[in-house]
Amino acid sequence: MTTQFKESIETALHNSNLTGALGRFSEAYRISRAKAYEGIDFEATRDQIVEIKSDASSRFEELAVQFKQSAEACGAKVFRTSDPEQVKKYILDLAKEKGVKRVVKSKSMASEEIHLNKALEAAGMEVDETDLGEWIIQLAHQTPSHMVMPAIHMTKEEVATVFSEEVEEGQMPDIPKLVKFARAKLRPKFLAADMGITGANIAVAESGSLVIVTNEGNARLVSTLPGIHVAIVGIEKLVAMVKDIQPILTALPRSATGQLLTSYVSIISGAVPNTDGTPKELHIILMDNHRSDMAKDPMFKPALQCIRCATCLNVCPVFRLVGGHVFGKTYTGGIGTILTAWFDELKKADDIQGLCIQCGSCVPLCPGKIDIPGLILELRRRLVVEKGQSLAMKAIFGVVNNRRLFHSMLRMASVTQKPFTTGRFIRHLPLFLSDMTEFRSLPAVAPSPLRDTIKKIDQPKAKAKEKVVFYAGCLIDFCYPEMGESLVKILNKAGIEVVFPDDQTCCGAPARYNGAYEVAGQNAKDNIKALLATEASYVVSACPTCTVALKHDFIDTFKSLGDTGTMADAEKLSAKTIDFSTLIKKLVDEGRLTLKEGEALGKITYHDSCHLKRTLKASDEPRELLKMAGHEIAEMYECDTCCGMAGSYSIKLPEISAPILERKLKHIKETGASKVVMDCPGCVMQIRGGLDKDGTPIRAEHTVESLANRFK
Amino acid sequence: MNSTFEAFKTKAEAVSAEVHRFPTQAEALAFILGFLQESGVSDAPQCGAVWAAGSFLDGARKDDLKVKVPGITFEVTKEASADSKVGISQLDWAISSTGTLVQDAAAVEKRLVSTLPTIHVAILGTDRILADMGSVLEHLRPQQIDYISFITGPSRTADIERVLTIGVHGPARLIIVVVDEFQKVTA
Repeated sequence: MTTQFKESIETALHNSNLTGALGRFSEAYRISRAKAYEGIDFEATRDQIVEIKSDASSRFEELAVQFKQSAEACGAKVFRTSDPEQVKKYILDLAKEKGVKRVVKSKSMASEEIHLNKALEAAGMEVDETDLGEWIIQLAHQTPSHMVMPAIHMTKEEVATVFSEEVEEGQMPDIPKLVKFARAKLRPKFLAADMGITGANIAVAESGSLVIVTNEGNARLVSTLPGIHVAIVGIEKLVAMVKDIQPILTALPRSATGQLLTSYVSIISGAVPNTDGTPKELHIILMDNHRSDMAKDPMFKPALQCIRCATCLNVCPVFRLVGGHVFGKTYTGGIGTILTAWFDELKKADDIQGLCIQCGSCVPLCPGKIDIPGLILELRRRLVVEKGQSLAMKAIFGVVNNRRLFHSMLRMASVTQKPFTTGRFIRHLPLFLSDMTEFRSLPAVAPSPLRDTIKKIDQPKAKAKEKVVFYAGCLIDFCYPEMGESLVKILNKAGIEVVFPDDQTCCGAPARYNGAYEVAGQNAKDNIKALLATEASYVVSACPTCTVALKHDFIDTFKSLGDTGTMADAEKLSAKTIDFSTLIKKLVDEGRLTLKEGEALGKITYHDSCHLKRTLKASDEPRELLKMAGHEIAEMYECDTCCGMAGSYSIKLPEISAPILERKLKHIKETGASKVVMDCPGCVMQIRGGLDKDGTPIRAEHTVESLANRFK
Repeated sequence: MNSTFEAFKTKAEAVSAEVHRFPTQAEALAFILGFLQESGVSDAPQCGAVWAAGSFLDGARKDDLKVKVPGITFEVTKEASADSKVGISQLDWAISSTGTLVQDAAAVEKRLVSTLPTIHVAILGTDRILADMGSVLEHLRPQQIDYISFITGPSRTADIERVLTIGVHGPARLIIVVVDEFQKVTA
């Protein structure tokens, strides 16, 4: 990451206005969004949107031709171009021809994308943004920090200062007064403008219609008062039919601002009369700018299903800390990272793709059903292919790809860490490693790994008819062997023998999440071989990230690499793989395991690990098991929000990982529970380390530990 | 019809619109004139009311109305609208699920009176309330109509500190006058 980028993160994190406003908004957003969707089948709605938009992006050319015909039949002029420079030239030529001096604009991300205002102003025109938020940031000489709420990073005091300095002295930080002031100052501009520029939320090919959504009513004025209306429309806004409007407008306001509908929606389908009776000059610019390249890329085509609601910003645990400015000048947040890579250039996404913590919070809420974290991972992979892996990363992955070397280094660590170890924690590391232990203690590497201790367990072989293969993963194997031992103990109670293949190695997730797919592919092959060598009914893991690797990532990595040689075995392994809690719940339901009755184990709280809840879809299973064991669960606020661990993320971006953890700890403490339970050793490492550093007497443990002694 | 109206009213009021229902056109007209007087409409500058053409006015003696409330004008221009306090127009349809008014707004007068003044009085027939946007778009077809306006509550913003503030660029008040016997006129 560049120093400049790290500095922009630092600045954002220290901007308390920004983090305060975004934090409060993200909390209120979830509630208002849920309320707005009452009585609406979100899944059905987004299925419709996906159908409409994926069909459209399969035939942009055809729809663009049809749109042009329909719109021109109703008096509009439609200009199609793939080049942003041509968009600007068209508008400048038109302005010159018509003698335009004053331009009013309604919010348009497409115009931000091509930096239109600069070009118009350079040609001597007076350009005013009329959306209040856009006007504020225009006056403040800034760029939008959020796609829907461009000035969310500013306080009323800052707005008053900007108004006083740029428009008229003496403005007070009183919101209704500031809004009134904006109305009064912008009104004459609307009335005097020669040209109005808007974007569009939807463009309908069948009827040549533009659908424009606003709350302030500025788009109605911009499209009504000036004699010339120019609309800049990215071709991804195209849909085939009029009937496609409704599903998109069902989701857009609900997902964007928690409204059932915005105050104003205009459907403009032709040149209407002007106030002086002349017909409107309606110019529609259909802009491609790499959108059709994107449509031709099967992996990225779904990103064109975006309706620009900004949900992925609003629910992102990272965005709410750093805001939009660190993402660049135009598109921000998760989807913004992807759009920047395509509409600007891949290189521009190099730093910002690293912000995605891969928690998947945005995935179930995206109206376009876009796998944003998945696509960001793909960007990461392509960047590594394009510019290569850094030397440090290469060295690390060189080791990870050699199991014997990797494991002997981990064993060595248990000796070399001694000077820094207190009990089972490493609380301080020297020099450049100190970032890692600044906000949480790290677990010490265990004196003996699970691969050694498991051999000493006397498993009841005689009665055991069934075998289960155990995939431990590095953290349980080398830091938390007791979790693995507990798992063996529980499965033995069900009469199952646990087999630990010694050749198992790193699951490849660290390599994959850093774009090193070749390394991840080799890890996958080694593990497939090791884990399928024993005939077993299941392959179980107590680490959700590893489980996801075994169940999904191996296959996806092979697909990305175009490596089909081991695909059949990868699918076989996928079918057998199961996470710990789901397997145990199954065994309990089948009557093969019975919990001790009448236990009163007290109040605990449960943290949902990202991969377990959102990829493996297991959130009820561990809770039910813990309740059956005799625990009472006091749910914490945002129980399924990421803890900030995310593998190497917490090492690369400790400044973001730390405040995410801080929030998590706060919510844990608020429950008054004496214990927080979770299903992921990575989350245990983060949360246990945070609680230790904090000195809070709350225990953090894995469900496998909580259940170890609870079965008959 | 009552339950559809009630559903519409609830949703419209939830977004700060004011909803009034009258059995007859005469009662609705009396309310509107009273409202204009109360709101201080007069022939003084910035105090006018612009009234866009619509079937509600068919048969009405416009000159009488002007006498009753000086300041009303039926000649809707950009200047008159920008100078008025109240704009009055007739809406074609409404959507009960969102509290939305819908209008064929191709005629510029209809847009001027509902965008520039600070108060918009919207007249609607009770039987014009439909369930959803899809149903409305079957009546007002974008394939045939060049400008369709959907209006849900007054103009609003939350762009400063996310504090909801009413009346940025458009009207700060939306008064919806629903008339039962209106269908006889519009039919």
